Amino acid sequence: MASFRIERLTRASRIGVALIAAAIAVLASLPLWAGSGTIRLAVEIFYYLALAECWNLLAGYAGLVSIGQQAFVGFGGYVLAFLTILLGVPPLVALAVAGPAAAIVAVPTALLLFRLRGAYFAIGTWVAAEVFRLIALQIFSLGGGTGISLPVSVVLAISDSRAVRDLIFYYIGLAVGLGGILMVFFWLRSRQGLALTAIRDSETAAASVGIDKERSKLAVYVIAAALTGFVGALAYLEKVRISPDAAFSVVDWSADVIFIVVIGGIGSIEGPILGTVIFFVLRGLLADYGVAYLILLGLVAVVVMLLAPRGLWGIAEKFDIHLFPVQRRLRFTEAGSATPGLDPKIHGVPGRARQ
Amino acid sequence: MIEWLNIVLQGALLGGLYALFAAGLSLMFGVMRIVNIAHGDLIVLAAYIALVVVRWSGFGALESLPVVAVLMFALGYALQRGLLNFTLGADVLPPLLVTFGLSVIIENGLQEIFSADPQRLQAGRLDIASLSLGGGLAVGWLEVIVFATAVVVIAALEALLYRTAIGRAFRATSDDADTARLYGVDTRHVFALATAISLAVVSVAGVLLAIRTTFEPSIGPARLIYAFEAVIIGGLGSLWGTLVGGVILGVAQSIGIVLNPAWDLLAGHVVFLLVLVLRPRGLFPKTAD
Amino acid sequence: MSLLEISGLAAFYGDFQALFGVDLRVEVGETVAIIGANGAGKSTLLRTVTGLLPARPDAIRFEGQPIGSEAPNRIIARGIAMTPEGRRLFPSLTVEENLLMGAQCGRRGRWDLERVIALFPMLGARRATGATALSGGQQQMVAIGRALMANPVLLLCDEISLGLAPVVIRDLYAALAGIRAEGTTIVVVEQDVNRALSLADRVYCLQEGRVTLEGRPADLTRERIRLAYFGA
Repeated sequence: MASFRIERLTRASRIGVALIAAAIAVLASLPLWAGSGTIRLAVEIFYYLALAECWNLLAGYAGLVSIGQQAFVGFGGYVLAFLTILLGVPPLVALAVAGPAAAIVAVPTALLLFRLRGAYFAIGTWVAAEVFRLIALQIFSLGGGTGISLPVSVVLAISDSRAVRDLIFYYIGLAVGLGGILMVFFWLRSRQGLALTAIRDSETAAASVGIDKERSKLAVYVIAAALTGFVGALAYLEKVRISPDAAFSVVDWSADVIFIVVIGGIGSIEGPILGTVIFFVLRGLLADYGVAYLILLGLVAVVVMLLAPRGLWGIAEKFDIHLFPVQRRLRFTEAGSATPGLDPKIHGVPGRARQ
Repeated sequence: MIEWLNIVLQGALLGGLYALFAAGLSLMFGVMRIVNIAHGDLIVLAAYIALVVVRWSGFGALESLPVVAVLMFALGYALQRGLLNFTLGADVLPPLLVTFGLSVIIENGLQEIFSADPQRLQAGRLDIASLSLGGGLAVGWLEVIVFATAVVVIAALEALLYRTAIGRAFRATSDDADTARLYGVDTRHVFALATAISLAVVSVAGVLLAIRTTFEPSIGPARLIYAFEAVIIGGLGSLWGTLVGGVILGVAQSIGIVLNPAWDLLAGHVVFLLVLVLRPRGLFPKTAD
Repeated sequence: MSLLEISGLAAFYGDFQALFGVDLRVEVGETVAIIGANGAGKSTLLRTVTGLLPARPDAIRFEGQPIGSEAPNRIIARGIAMTPEGRRLFPSLTVEENLLMGAQCGRRGRWDLERVIALFPMLGARRATGATALSGGQQQMVAIGRALMANPVLLLCDEISLGLAPVVIRDLYAALAGIRAEGTTIVVVEQDVNRALSLADRVYCLQEGRVTLEGRPADLTRERIRLAYFGA
């Protein structure tokens, strides 16, 4: 009988790992050589990246298309505001609480919404976000409809110096962006991740080997909510001012993220990274054209969805290029195996999307 | 007591408008399993088309309706045949994301062309005329017309689906598109017709909306949500159920607003969530989904 | 010129090849049976003829015309109708509506609603019933009736005896004999070899996507059929 081992790294992904390490080194050193404006932009890029990886995990792997992630962005922001303004909690502590708080709220939300299927689930997530927004409008101690600003004391509690504050936000942002990627990466490499892609490819087949799809979906939804909530808290700690319409805006927190993932590529870890880069480049180029950039983004997303459903990174995947080693490949270690008819180049491709 | 009755009545009639929003959504989902995220924005688009028609032709608001309906019918056919047909397949993602993209494009496109200023279609004295039902009950004529229109449209759709050859083709295609093709149905054409009819219904909803209240490019998503809630409360696959769903939603909102002016939308969502918890398939479900 | 002429037909499901150069002909008025084990390619063959699977245009000729790459709704308009494997009735439609769907292609001829119900009297009382509320045998009658409503020149029957009791199968084949007597050309795909042999003028056997046997039932021995069916 032929023997085989399960391999995870291809040559491309070995190069990828090296590239990633280099990129991280560059990013880690950024505050040393970049100006304040660039640093803030970088933080924004990081948290859009985190949001994109979350949305991708939900839609590309768990089959949960959400147009309501803004519910958790806003929730995280309001938890921060509530804790710092009304309870006097130190801002960084409040920040740490926002994620788990969002996770807790996500559980009953999921249990309700999972009664809906497919596109109806998607609209359901939007309704949930609307409910959150309407509730926030009623919280008069946090400004109701006009919103509220974090008092200066809260901002100063992070640090007295503006430069130090920038640094703190930057490294938290970097951690969030990297954390998002790493979380997805390790999840997919784990047994739960394998289960998830099995579910995505065929729910019935997965169920028949004992994978509990509802639990897997719930786990993914809650984790995505936690990271999204954390991003919301971070974003509004930086912006200092929060209001229901901004915090629960479907355009800012869903449409942009969805376009990023669609254009970059659903169902791969690299796709959202590519998409985030493209998005920020486009946004910079079209900054003077107001609303037209949203129309263009929408058009590009529609075209990409029709012509390249796995996004721009999906085109690279056709050439079997992967940066992140989540594939498992079956590699036979004996040439000329004893079993005739067995092709030694069989790939086990559990991380692959259905064509 | 009479005030409460009036409120419930207002809500019920409002439900007619919501049912009109929902009917088109329901049809597209029934035949093609597409949930059109741009549905609400298409309602608003219809309102703006009516505005343009009224300004150019001097027609009254209600007279512009046939023109708008024909235009939207053609638009729906082209949209399905030229774009959405290519998104159909086993994956739910493409139609959802493409219609989401369309929603953003339409909403922002309307804003570019018409600006965000609120608009209104004038219908003479129709919007303030009221009908007294005796005993202190009174309803607006417009509300009655909207509700009656909803009933007529739904009855017409049911007749189309259950008493005509094309309706039979719709239902067969919805069941099993491959076998329908085997028996001579041109499914590309059938899908396009379904969307065309859906948009024609949307245009009726849009024009009536425009007469009833002010509108602007950003109100699309909320209409989608009302349509969706009416469909879910009423039960997937049942058009008359959608009318009931709309009425329940309208009544919930009307009662909500009386309890607290800020609670109207929330009341509607709460009722929707309650139905989702207690009767997840809706009140009168028909399809096996 | 044969009514249906298949030459060198290859068929694929994605990368998987299901048919390898199949040659087959059906003459006007004949009844031809195609037998073979599960997965031999019998249903695939019918699906390519009806246009549900793509093929080279001239791999399939009907009345001399190349139809291999045509769409299903064109093919039924030419006069080829099929009762699909598993019947595939429309669950949302009543018995009568299912039958009427057969006439959707617009072909006029001997068969209409009344004649079909005369052929299968059991359906008369159940016209307004939902099609899937019927027993398996009755559903098969509806499926055959639906195909007849298209007034086909060539009727393809895919595994009509599957899952049915012998008594019911006997009735169905009696009906088929009647349809054949009216002059309709029939192709039956069957796993039930005896049934197939009892009705057919000629038999083809498929095994793993290839024709392994062809001939008249009287000329074929049990042994030859067994070999062709199961392979060496």
